[in-house]
Formats: sequence, C-alpha cells, structure tokens
Amino acid sequence: MRELLILGAGTAGTMVANRLRRRLSPAEWRIRVVDSELRHFYQPGFLFLPFGIYRPNQVVRPKRRLIAAGVEVWEAAAERIDPEHRRVHLATGQELPYDILILATGTQPRPDQVEGMLGDDWGHRVFEFYTYEGAVRLAERLRNWAGGRLVVHISEMPIKCPVAPLEFAFLADWWLRRRGLRDRVELIYVTPLSGAFTKPVASRVLTDLLDHKRIQVVTDFAVARVDNERHALIGWDGREVPYDLLVTVPPNLGAAVIELSGLGDEMNYVPTDRHTLQAQGHSNIFVLGDATDLPTSKAGSVAHFEAEVLTENILAQIRGNPFPARFDGHANCFVETGFGKAILLDFNYRLEPVPGRFPLPWLGPMTLLGESRLNHWGKLAFEWVYWHWLLPGRSIPFVRAELSMAGKVIPAGVWTPETASSMSKR
Amino acid sequence: MPEKIIAGQTVTVDEEGYLQNPAQWNRDIAQEIASEMGIQLTDAHWKVIEFLRRDYQERGAVPGMRRLNKVAGIAIKDLYTLFPDGPIKKAARIAGCPKPTSCV
Ligand SMILES: Cc1cc2nc3c(=O)[nH]c(=O)nc-3n(C[C@H](O)[C@H](O)[C@H](O)COP(=O)(O)OP(=O)(O)OC[C@H]3O[C@@H](n4cnc5c(N)ncnc54)[C@H](O)[C@@H]3O)c2cc1C
Repeated sequence: MRELLILGAGTAGTMVANRLRRRLSPAEWRIRVVDSELRHFYQPGFLFLPFGIYRPNQVVRPKRRLIAAGVEVWEAAAERIDPEHRRVHLATGQELPYDILILATGTQPRPDQVEGMLGDDWGHRVFEFYTYEGAVRLAERLRNWAGGRLVVHISEMPIKCPVAPLEFAFLADWWLRRRGLRDRVELIYVTPLSGAFTKPVASRVLTDLLDHKRIQVVTDFAVARVDNERHALIGWDGREVPYDLLVTVPPNLGAAVIELSGLGDEMNYVPTDRHTLQAQGHSNIFVLGDATDLPTSKAGSVAHFEAEVLTENILAQIRGNPFPARFDGHANCFVETGFGKAILLDFNYRLEPVPGRFPLPWLGPMTLLGESRLNHWGKLAFEWVYWHWLLPGRSIPFVRAELSMAGKVIPAGVWTPETASSMSKR
Repeated sequence: MPEKIIAGQTVTVDEEGYLQNPAQWNRDIAQEIASEMGIQLTDAHWKVIEFLRRDYQERGAVPGMRRLNKVAGIAIKDLYTLFPDGPIKKAARIAGCPKPTSCV
C-alpha cells in the first residue's frame, strides 16, 4: 500500500482529497488527511457576519462530512515534517509515513505579531473578522455601536483574500447609511500599499469607489504598534491614526509546522514552483492553497484551479509521465461594493484584472471590473457553489483552470509576455 | 524608458528613478542617488543595500521589512533611521533594484 498524505483539511486539502480519491485505486493508494480543527469554515462568509447578512451557523459545517468516504481523517495537529525520512510527526506522538505529501495548511491571522494589538482594546475597540470567533464578536459590537471614527486596517501584505478589507469598508458604508449612522461616522481605510489595491488598473477603479463613498485613505502605512491608551495606530514613520473602532487584518502567517520543519520563508510560506506546484527541492512534496509563496492571490478560487492542475500532475508523477499541466496563477474574485452590487476580478501571473465579460465572451452574464447587481448575486451564489461543487472537487461549468483571454478588454502594456527571465525566477 | 546619467554612467530608469537593469549599478551610482535623497551612506546602509541586491538576484523580488528583519537580522526601527519614511522603496532605489511591488 502506498501512502498519500495531506496536511490540512481546509478548502484546498478537502478538494484535493476528494479529487484524488476518485482517481486513485483504493487497493494501491491510501489517502490520509490530518487536521486539528473539526469545523470547516466558509471563510468568505466571515465578511458578511459582522453586518448580519449571514448567520453564524451558515458558515460552519463538520469537516468529516465534507470528505469522501475512503479518505482517512486524522484529527490531530502535524508538528514536524521530516522530508529525509518521509514522515510526519503528529502532536499526539504518532508518526505517519508518506510517498507523496501535500501541504495545505493555509495561512492564519496573527495579532500577536503587532505590538499592543492584543492589549486592553482587543475585543472592546479593536476587532478582526478573519476568524469565525472574531467575526462573531465584531457583529455583536456593531449591533449597538453609536458611531465615531471607524478605521479599517491591513497590517502587512500578503494576506488571504486581499480585497476583503476593502469589501468590509464598502459594506460598512452601506450598513451605516441604512442605519442612519453614516453622518456620525468617519470612515478611514489604512493600508501598507501605495494605493487601494496591488494591481494598477483595478486600483484606479477601486480608488474612485472609495472617493465616491467618502472613505478616507491612508497609504504606505507600516504599523509599528497599537497604542491602547491613546486608541491609535502608530506607524514606524511616526504617523498616528486614532480610532474609536479599529477593524484590523492582523499579519497573516503560514502554519507553525512549516516553520518548525524548516520548509518556509520569512512568513512561513513554502517556496513553491509556480507552475508544477512542487515544493522547491522536494520532488514528492506538493503545496496547495494559501500555504504557497506563489505571486497570486491567496483565495479559495485559486486553490480550486490549483487543485485541478495538481491532480493531473500527481497522477502523471505516479505513472512516471511528465507533468501535463501548468498552473498559470489564475484567480477569480468577487468584490462586494455595497448596495447589492459587486465587481468581479479575473486575472493570473501575467494579466492583471481588466474590464470585460465573464465567463462567456461578450455574453457574460457577469461584468469584469465594473459594478453590477448580477456580480453580487454571483458572490452570494458562491456559497452554494463552494459547498456543492468546489469542496467535492467538481469543476465549474464554463470556468477553466486556465485564465481565458476571450471577452477581456486588455489595455496596451498591461499583459506581460512570459520571458526567459520571468520563468527562471523560480 | 528614459535614460539618465548618474555618476558619469548612462543608465535606464523608470519614471520614478528606479534603475531598470541592476547590472548597470555600481557603488558610485548608489552614493549619488543616496545624496540626492539627503542620505550619507554608512556601513549600516551598505549592509542593507548589499542584502537587497543579493536577495533580489537570488529570488527575483525585492525583500520586505519582515524578511530584512528575520533573514538579515536588521531591526525595523533601524531601517527607518537609516532610510527615513519609506525604507524599502528608498533602499531599493539606491541598490539599483526595480520599484518593489507588493504581492497580490
Ligand atoms: C474574510 C475572508 C474572506 C474571504 N473571501 C474569499 C472570497 O470571496 N473568495 C475566495 O476565493 N476566497 C476568499 N477567502 C480566502 C479563502 O477562504 C482561502 O484562500 C481558502 O480557504 C484557502 O484554503 P486553504 O486550504 O489553503 O486554507 P484553509 O482553508 O485556511 O485551511 C487550512 C487548514 O489547515 C489546518 N492546519 C493548519 N495547521 C495545521 C497543522 N499543523 N496540522 C494540521 N492541520 C493544520 C487548519 O486547521 C485548516 O483547516 C476569504 C478569506 C477570508 C478570511
């Protein structure tokens, strides 16, 4: 019996376990997944919890039920990976051997990484919505909030779903208006980036929206600490941003097991071949989802496209064939903009988000890089798609793993052709 | 891309003055860009610049503050003393690396 071992049964680990179970003979291959958390969270729903758009029980399901019969589930934390002996040590003291290892341990918000973030204001004036508990606590706080300075803040890049804090600001504007509170609130968006988003074309569109919604923007802000007495973010350059209510996205770091095993970079992300998804220097270790250091968004949609590519590549490797598939960095993200509208972004390593239609050229029905009601319904429908198509490991009709150029309006100079140097970087 | 003469050398730069080809860089160029910014280069500055260049060549990306801190052992506070306001952007320009872009 040969062993395929998956660490992490979140979005990525669940999808790839279910895909591979269908394709690998149970007589030849055992598939095991290891995860210490028993609940599966629909993380995109965390954005909607604080505003009461989703109820808490909508975003949680027991993990086991989402994983195919025939996959062994180990409820334990992986403590150390030993690539030399092809073994993983668990916190329970047990050891699991592997022939192929898939790392899908994701990324976690780490408020402990910023001085003062977990101080007296934590849970009173300082909140986050990147965990289930955090989003529920924030919902309770917002319910009876009377207004003041609301600061939405990103501590450090990269973070998973890099548009989520912007969406939070847009939804806060909409929610405050509906409650008749908007005139009593100063809404401020604080980012370490030089603009609203990482990619220029989309950044212009999103900056216009922030302007239009009277959301002030503070850019290039690197946070040194949270001052709990003065209730202010303090930047390394000496700038101060006072808050009455701070909604921060703490630094996101890869799992401790990656760091302890010496497999990570300075943020505990695993250096990964951007096309084959192999861990650099380890031919039988693959990396999936938020755990990679790939230069694309950390998002569920990315994990889904990667899982399609990875499944084919693992099957090829087992049969001794060359890798048939190359991951192109494809990401597809809905950006809620409030008032029942959303923007859709579709991009990869070489093409930043541009205007157009999706998934069908000209017909859409969804609009790329423009606000529409249908995009908003698309975002809400994503929840159903997530539970019923993505996690079971099905492909979405009309949406391929590879980015499609059809239906996109590409401004001059925006598409980067693949050059020898851009390929040799990794 | 515009060309510019820095320390007697013709180099290609972008609109914001970042060198487009790290191979066109030398220490005199670094000195001149730094003094344009009002920075007098000391050994502590050179330690940052040399790490930036080496890391950029090896990984194809300008390292961020966390990496400078964790891998090169340089405290973030010191970075702000050496290169006030925006240390990574300033140091990258002096080191002849392209303008740092944050990951998506
Ligand atoms: C607020 C918010 C909004 C988002 N919105 C969107 C969106 O609209 N669209 C979108 O596509 N994506 C969105 N995302 C991102 C998406 O949720 C993640 O990118 C996706 O879940 C990544 O999957 P993953 O499997 O890599 O990581 P996760 O799903 O986080 O899973 C990692 C798993 O590893 C386990 N683990 C960690 N360490 C260990 C260990 N040592 N041993 C065993 N198990 C371990 C964890 O318990 C966890 O179950 C959002 C995220 C957030 C927080």
